[in-house]
Amino acid sequence: MARSLRPSGADDLGLRRALSDRLLPLLVAAMTFLAALALAGSMAAAGLAEHWRSGAASMLTVQVPSPEVGTASGKSRADAVAQVLRGTAGIESSRRLTSDDIAALLKPWLGDNPASLALPLPAMFEVRLNGAAFDAAGLAAGLAQTAPGTLVERNGAWLARLSDLVRSLRACAALALLGVAFIAAAMVSLATRAGLAWRRDAIEIVHGLGATDGMIAGLFAMRITMLTLGGALLGLVVSMPVLLGLTSLAAPFGSGSAEPLSPADLLRTLPPMLWTQLAALPPIAAGIGWVTAQATVRSWLGKLP
Amino acid sequence: MVRLEGVGLRYGWPSGGAVLHDLNFAIAEGGFRWLLGPSGAGKTSLLRLLTLAVRPTGGRLNLLGAAVERAKRAELPPLRRRIGTVFQEFRLLPHLSAFDNAALPLRLAGRPEGQVRADVSEMLRWVGLTSRADALPPELSGGEQQRVAIARAVVARPALLLADEPTGNLDDVQAERLMQLLRELNRLGTTVVVATHSTALVERYPGRALVLAHGRLVHDGDSDQAPRPEPEA
Repeated sequence: MARSLRPSGADDLGLRRALSDRLLPLLVAAMTFLAALALAGSMAAAGLAEHWRSGAASMLTVQVPSPEVGTASGKSRADAVAQVLRGTAGIESSRRLTSDDIAALLKPWLGDNPASLALPLPAMFEVRLNGAAFDAAGLAAGLAQTAPGTLVERNGAWLARLSDLVRSLRACAALALLGVAFIAAAMVSLATRAGLAWRRDAIEIVHGLGATDGMIAGLFAMRITMLTLGGALLGLVVSMPVLLGLTSLAAPFGSGSAEPLSPADLLRTLPPMLWTQLAALPPIAAGIGWVTAQATVRSWLGKLP
Repeated sequence: MVRLEGVGLRYGWPSGGAVLHDLNFAIAEGGFRWLLGPSGAGKTSLLRLLTLAVRPTGGRLNLLGAAVERAKRAELPPLRRRIGTVFQEFRLLPHLSAFDNAALPLRLAGRPEGQVRADVSEMLRWVGLTSRADALPPELSGGEQQRVAIARAVVARPALLLADEPTGNLDDVQAERLMQLLRELNRLGTTVVVATHSTALVERYPGRALVLAHGRLVHDGDSDQAPRPEPEA
């Protein structure tokens, strides 16, 4: 533990002037602001991707070629498939797409009136799962017996892409945070070196009187820690309106409702994990300041005998 | 206490020029030495060695029982706290009051604040600065700053006291009081080394003297037998 040169609260080495309370806190505030945006952006994008992923995972599509051809039971192939779907465990609902729905889907490739082309279009069923155990392979086998050639698609390709997207967004956010931390450490190091140059004489005097490296580094680190902590709190406060604004814009994509949310609802919308991460930013900034200042001062003092 | 064996010092070692050459002398515990010689003889460099502001680039320096030339950095701060120094240019911290400047050695040594207050107040009273205890160094005259520096140097009862022209900014009365203080500390066991140009001061207080010339020790004996300084160019 470093000894103080004077009772607590005293500016032992004149660091209040040597380490200004203006520029460094503002720069740290800016870095904290960027870090908060990176965290919130990553979490929001990941949340949306997860929302879409869970939606895709609960859906599947069934295509029935030659839907109007009869089966052995006398029903059309489409009706027979619909009956199998209704009786399958794990399926909440199934809906056969109308000809207008199919026309809308095919419009980019076949134009406004695909029926006029006399193409043999399959019947399509949009199936929604209820989350209970579901045997996709069993369903496919059953449908192959009922209406050979029927296809069951589980949107696997989309699920894989969404998972990749989530991982990529988190990796980008982590890189951004690392970059912010590195820049913050570089700024602290520069500020500390400027303070060392400014107070070189005072440091050499107390060093000559028997002050240890730890004591001198501790005084610098304490001052830097207070400045970075203050700057990080400022940056966090400034980031909150921006985060709430972005949350307001993103809310309809998550909730499915276009109704604007109240500020209280917006605050509740932010996930607890994000609150935890945001709350960790000031202590992390202070920690970066303390460690960087200690390392910088001890390195500088190492040149003295 | 203080022992130099073949000590040399170069600034900008190894390529820089040598300022001290092959110094050999010893000062026993409780000894007193005048440090004499013309400007540029190496007095300040020798004092810097003895205050541990630099380490010797050659030879062996034993200070207060520690081999300085091979001591670890972490071993030097406790050693420095046992050395009091009065610098020619005072070297006070400009943002600290006279009281806080004088209290630095005690606080660095971790003394209780009550003891710090008592000891520093006593020392400031002794140097006649009680009424100026709260003044900052820029508000003090040269003589007052010198007295603060003296109070700081002796307040912790150092084992070794080094003074570089300590009476240079003092009037005759204060200079006399300072010499009495140095003699009293010396009598109580503190080893004292005083660098000065003042032959009058040395003649008034004769004792053992180290005389340097061109970075070499040319005399280690009684001050009244020391060679007369060469006229400065």
